[in-house]
Amino acid sequence: MITVQASDFIRILPQEILSAFAILVMVFEPFLPSSRKVVLGWFSLLGVVAAGAAAVRTSYSLGPAFNASIAADPFSIYFIALFLLVAALCLLGSFNYLQRDNINHGEFYALILMGTVGMCFMAASTELIMIFLGLEISSLSTYVLAGFKRHDGLSNEASLKYFLLGSFATAFFLYGIAFVYGLTGTTNLMTLSERLSRTGTGGTPLLWVAIVLMFIGLGFKVSTAPFHVWTPDVYQGAPAPVTAFLSVGPKAAAFAVILRIFLGAFHAVGSVSFQMLWLSAILTMVVGNLAALWQSNVKRLLAYSAIAHAGYVLVGIAAGSAEGVSAVLFYLTVYALMNVGAFILIAPIAGTGERALRVEDYTGLGYTRPGVAACLTVFMLSLGGIPTTAGFLGKFYLFRAAIHAHLIGLVIVAVLTSVVSVYYYLRLVVVMYMREGQPQATSEPLPLALRVALATSVIGIFVLGLFPLLLKKKGEAEASPRHTKLAQVR
Amino acid sequence: MIAPLFYIFAGLAIVAALSVVLQRTPVYSALSLILVLCSLAVIYLLLGAQFLAVIQVIVYAGAIMVLFVFVIMLLNARQESPTDHSLFARRLGLPLLAVFLAEVIFVVVGHFSGTVFAAGATFDGGPGAVGGLLFRNYVLPFEVTSILILVAVMGAVVLAKKQL
Amino acid sequence: MLEAYLPVLVHFLVVLALGLIILGLSAWVGVKRPSPEKLAPYECGMPPVGDARERFSISFYLVGMLFILFDVEVAFLFPWAVVYKSLKWPGFLEMFLYIAILLAGYLYIWKKGALDWSR
Repeated sequence: MITVQASDFIRILPQEILSAFAILVMVFEPFLPSSRKVVLGWFSLLGVVAAGAAAVRTSYSLGPAFNASIAADPFSIYFIALFLLVAALCLLGSFNYLQRDNINHGEFYALILMGTVGMCFMAASTELIMIFLGLEISSLSTYVLAGFKRHDGLSNEASLKYFLLGSFATAFFLYGIAFVYGLTGTTNLMTLSERLSRTGTGGTPLLWVAIVLMFIGLGFKVSTAPFHVWTPDVYQGAPAPVTAFLSVGPKAAAFAVILRIFLGAFHAVGSVSFQMLWLSAILTMVVGNLAALWQSNVKRLLAYSAIAHAGYVLVGIAAGSAEGVSAVLFYLTVYALMNVGAFILIAPIAGTGERALRVEDYTGLGYTRPGVAACLTVFMLSLGGIPTTAGFLGKFYLFRAAIHAHLIGLVIVAVLTSVVSVYYYLRLVVVMYMREGQPQATSEPLPLALRVALATSVIGIFVLGLFPLLLKKKGEAEASPRHTKLAQVR
Repeated sequence: MIAPLFYIFAGLAIVAALSVVLQRTPVYSALSLILVLCSLAVIYLLLGAQFLAVIQVIVYAGAIMVLFVFVIMLLNARQESPTDHSLFARRLGLPLLAVFLAEVIFVVVGHFSGTVFAAGATFDGGPGAVGGLLFRNYVLPFEVTSILILVAVMGAVVLAKKQL
Repeated sequence: MLEAYLPVLVHFLVVLALGLIILGLSAWVGVKRPSPEKLAPYECGMPPVGDARERFSISFYLVGMLFILFDVEVAFLFPWAVVYKSLKWPGFLEMFLYIAILLAGYLYIWKKGALDWSR
């Protein structure tokens, strides 16, 4: 019997609203002349805001929906809010970029919205089939977005590489799902967790294979080593606002899924997940931070930094405690603010066609464009984890959770690699302020929309850096109901 | 009756899959792939998943293969010239592949040895059963599929249309 | 259940055998007197122009891709049609919503001119 009720629709209200706006943007796209396409952008922004309001409404009627395939819980609301924030910032950062680089097509906005829908479903689903669909939606839209500069070779290459490797990784994920279904006869995470802990199938090697396969699929999305090789090429080739989107959105969504699957459903087989996470965290931090040292292209540098940050987040996940989960949630928001901010700021500095992307191109930027340089400095300091910025506290919470979980070795590696990372973040700052010279970077004033996005990020970084409890309290509340039993995972 | 048929078509699928990889001419690979997909359809049928078997033939062996052939013709791909095999692939890739294969075989055989596989007669995978599940228990995934298709429509237009 | 598919198997075997027999017989019995005219690829009676293996227009790909997407959509209609009666109104609404969403996609490609060969 059909068990759909009205409350089910309220529990996925943000996704519904986003989808509706995305469809409207898509349908109106062919009717608008090229000069008016930015209207669609503002309309999409309206959609994101409306979805935000819907998320607030949803938070008043929490619970499972659609045969327990959706869980509207604080955890999913938190992630949905995060994705909406990221989408809004990227939209604000893209209006001018699209016009300037002559790729002003409404599909861009529709794809951003649909990608966000997919990510929201990933975070909110407790059903592997839904998670897979969400993953596919968000992946497909980001594959296309990465190649949105249709006449640019690098962008095409980015799209192709991302697509080929991405679909390969999704296949791994699907393979894992198939094994899990074969073993337990269910794809629902709740039932799965129940059956695993009851039957004690925690020990079957086949389940380990399934877990590893699923982790490969998700590890690709969050770009953990050794599944990170696509990251620099894709981040470099994709249009900068798209890079901002895909360096945060799909990553955070995949982390949400990792938390739900590996700490939630598979907690009965914690030891395998733990060893895998531990190894991957170390590899990711070392590879990301060391490779970033040699980069001369700012986008590639930030790409390796994004890899390294995935490693820090894995440290928090490996801790496996409620404290770790809460630290991960906090860190993902902080990471979103600083990474999106940095990437959308790179776009206007690089100029039309993103030409000025080398580190040397930033020479003297601190004198010719003090505001821009100041913003970029804030992002770099926060990414490097300098105190008073949110980046510092984010790392602090992650590492503290790991210490409480007695992962001393992991924390030592994390701290050492963070210290290394300060070198390459500061290199950019040094080039901007300490070196004389005429910057290659363009000098057109920043458009208003971009200023709003940057201001949000910078203010967010300082507010979270100084008053973390505003969000941290929330993060703890979010982490507690579902993941308290994770404390005794190992 | 089922077991010998299963082994015949599973073997056919493996041989055809190897042929996909080993053929030098892309069109031959594509044709071999059709054989793989059809053999899989038969295996679905043997498992009782009748609807899936038919869809496999219509969508995969029919529609998706058309696209494969289009792409081959679009790229104007002729016979591949043999590359000097990359050292990386040979020294690292092949051994890793062998280890992975051995692992999976070991685990799967170890896990399922002595288990009787699902026989076709016990399981109804006809369109009615699929429809019942799809439109009752899995309504949401079904509806969300439409969004996925929309993304793909836009993706195809954005990436492949001559003028946007 | 599986017995129901026996005629299909027999059909396939007959088709396979027939194909092999026809090819085998013509190869065995047939007379071969090749000439350049006979060996030329048959092109509707026209003299062949150029090589058959030339690059195809990307428009083929676009049409093929759109075909697949709507093919997948139609594939969902089969199981729906079978259980339609027992689903009653909710089932109708489910499929209505699904088709409506994809209709928006159709409208998009139509207005976009993706079905227009020359654009």
